[in-house]
Amino acid sequence: MDRRSFLASLAALAAAGCGDSRAHAHAVYMLVDTSGTYAQEAGKAQLIVNYLLGTLQPGDSLAVARVQSRSFSEKDIIAKATFDTRPSQANAQKRAFRDKIDNALRNVGGSRYTDITGGLIQAAEYLNEAGAGTRTVIVFSDMQEELDKVTQRDFPISLKNIRVIAVNVVKLGTDNVDPRRYLGRLQAWEKRVVDAGASEWRVINDLQRLDRILAKS
Amino acid sequence: MTSPEVWMIWPGNPALSLLILALLAMAFLYAARRPMHELIRSLGQALGGPLRMAARWLSAAANEIQQRNKAVLLAYGERETGQRLEREFERLGAMVTRELQGYPTLQRKLLDEITRIEEDYRKCGEVPPPPPDWTEAVAAIAGVKSSGNELVLKLLEEINRSIKGIHDKAIGEYRRSCESRHRILEGFMPFWRSLDRTLARVDRNLSGLVSSAGGIDSHMAKYEEIAAKTDKAQHALTVSAFTQFAIAALVMIVAAGGAFINFKLIALPMSEMVGAGDYLTSSLRTSEVAALVIILVEASMGLFLLEALRITHLFPRIGNLGERMRRRMLWIALVLLATLAGVEAALALMRDMLIADKQALLQSLATVQAAAGEGWVAHIPTAGQMLLGFILPFALAFVAIPLESLIHSGRTVGGVLLGALVRACAFALRFAGNVARHASRVLIRLYDVAIVVPLLIERLVKARPQAAAVDIDAERTHA
Repeated sequence: MDRRSFLASLAALAAAGCGDSRAHAHAVYMLVDTSGTYAQEAGKAQLIVNYLLGTLQPGDSLAVARVQSRSFSEKDIIAKATFDTRPSQANAQKRAFRDKIDNALRNVGGSRYTDITGGLIQAAEYLNEAGAGTRTVIVFSDMQEELDKVTQRDFPISLKNIRVIAVNVVKLGTDNVDPRRYLGRLQAWEKRVVDAGASEWRVINDLQRLDRILAKS
Repeated sequence: MTSPEVWMIWPGNPALSLLILALLAMAFLYAARRPMHELIRSLGQALGGPLRMAARWLSAAANEIQQRNKAVLLAYGERETGQRLEREFERLGAMVTRELQGYPTLQRKLLDEITRIEEDYRKCGEVPPPPPDWTEAVAAIAGVKSSGNELVLKLLEEINRSIKGIHDKAIGEYRRSCESRHRILEGFMPFWRSLDRTLARVDRNLSGLVSSAGGIDSHMAKYEEIAAKTDKAQHALTVSAFTQFAIAALVMIVAAGGAFINFKLIALPMSEMVGAGDYLTSSLRTSEVAALVIILVEASMGLFLLEALRITHLFPRIGNLGERMRRRMLWIALVLLATLAGVEAALALMRDMLIADKQALLQSLATVQAAAGEGWVAHIPTAGQMLLGFILPFALAFVAIPLESLIHSGRTVGGVLLGALVRACAFALRFAGNVARHASRVLIRLYDVAIVVPLLIERLVKARPQAAAVDIDAERTHA
């Protein structure tokens, strides 16, 4: 074995020995419902984004997108970033990300309809492209989907290997009249998400328990 | 008939069925008694034989290990004691050279001082000149009877007056002479003191030589014992090896603690260099491995440094290097170690900065802002970390010494433990072999117990012809 082939073998061995760095990364896509009265909850969404910025590590990815009348669009993404592997650079990126989110959520306007499914499809697309080992979609919404007559979302979607966390699912006025509506809505979403191949479905209404967002079950 | 009652020969009567089955089994077992006994005996031998053989082999192996351990231990001890003796001789030689080198000067000084003292002493012995000879004539004249002669009286008075004058002069001279001799004697004192000091130094040197010679004697006695390969020497060396092993292990644990602290200091800032998102295995970050590598490189440099200083002897090639090359290696290792220590100090500073940056970010993300820092007090941890980062690599360098001890004593300790383990295995196998052999005998007895009824019948049947023969003999006797 000559010297060159020996060095090549060593390099190959090293490459084989090194694991895929993306496999350990965490990609989070957060959908923020800005429709109707739920747009008033934008301040809480900012808290969650701040929590995520403080918790995600260098090399992780984060994207925040609006849920509007039709949400299957890159235009709805407010901010997205894959943090640098160097901690100092990652911190700088996080600061810029926070500023961008602050500006965007300060001037949020309520949309007429709520296309959660479109947002989920867009989220799955982003997360699959990110190729992170752990993929999480956070849906900051009351989970009440309302579509116009033209928009088509009644087809099976794929959320394979994606965790779906519904956060701050507030009760609507009608839910208070009949709680079964609220519970039924959550059950329906759980069924749909699980049928779509999601690895986990979780509802977090207590914003003091945000650590459960990134904790795997 | 239900399935649990299948075994019943007499349906509905389990006791009778059991009895019949027992009788049948007994008959069968009685018929198969001899082959079964042989089978059980063979099984016992088949199990016990190999086990005992393995035990014998292990015992032989343990003896061999012990012999080898002894040979290695004695060779190591001989080498160590030889080296120590060599060093003692060198030390003694150096001491003798140093002290005896000054001996001609010392002797000359002593002789000079003694000569001077002798001269002074001689001077002390000089007495004032005796009175002039004419004193005898005066004495003769003094013996003349005056008998009132005026001339004689006048003469005697004149003589008396002149003698008094001479006497006073002689007394004065004598006193001056005494004073000068006292001064000479007073001048002795510094010489005596110097002489005393010189002799004390000689005494001290000689005592040191005697003490060193005593140490060499004890080392030599130990060396002789080792050379004679006595059990006492082996035992002493084994105990010493165990002690060394324990101490070295303890120091290594402490060093491992230091290395861990060192690792914690540089693992985070290393992520700034090699990235925090790269993993070598599922849970091992590349930055952590890089930090570990730096610490290991520092330890290696420390090892080479101590090898080049000839404090440790783990690498004979370094020890055998020429003086010039060895010095070069020493300086290279020292410079690299100092550079790495500097890098670590910088990394420690970077760690502090990264943590501060992270804290600032978290505070800006939090709803409640934290209070401001406490001025110069807040810089103490930073300075401490930097200092630790610089000192720890040098401290870790000394790990080479316990490491060498651990390796050398580990051979002995490992050998002794291995020997003990092999012996324990041999004992266990021997025990198991004996158990198998005795178990076969017990099984044979139990087998006979199970067929006790047929055996009793057999004994009775065998006894009847003998009894009949005895009766016939008795009748014949009566007849």
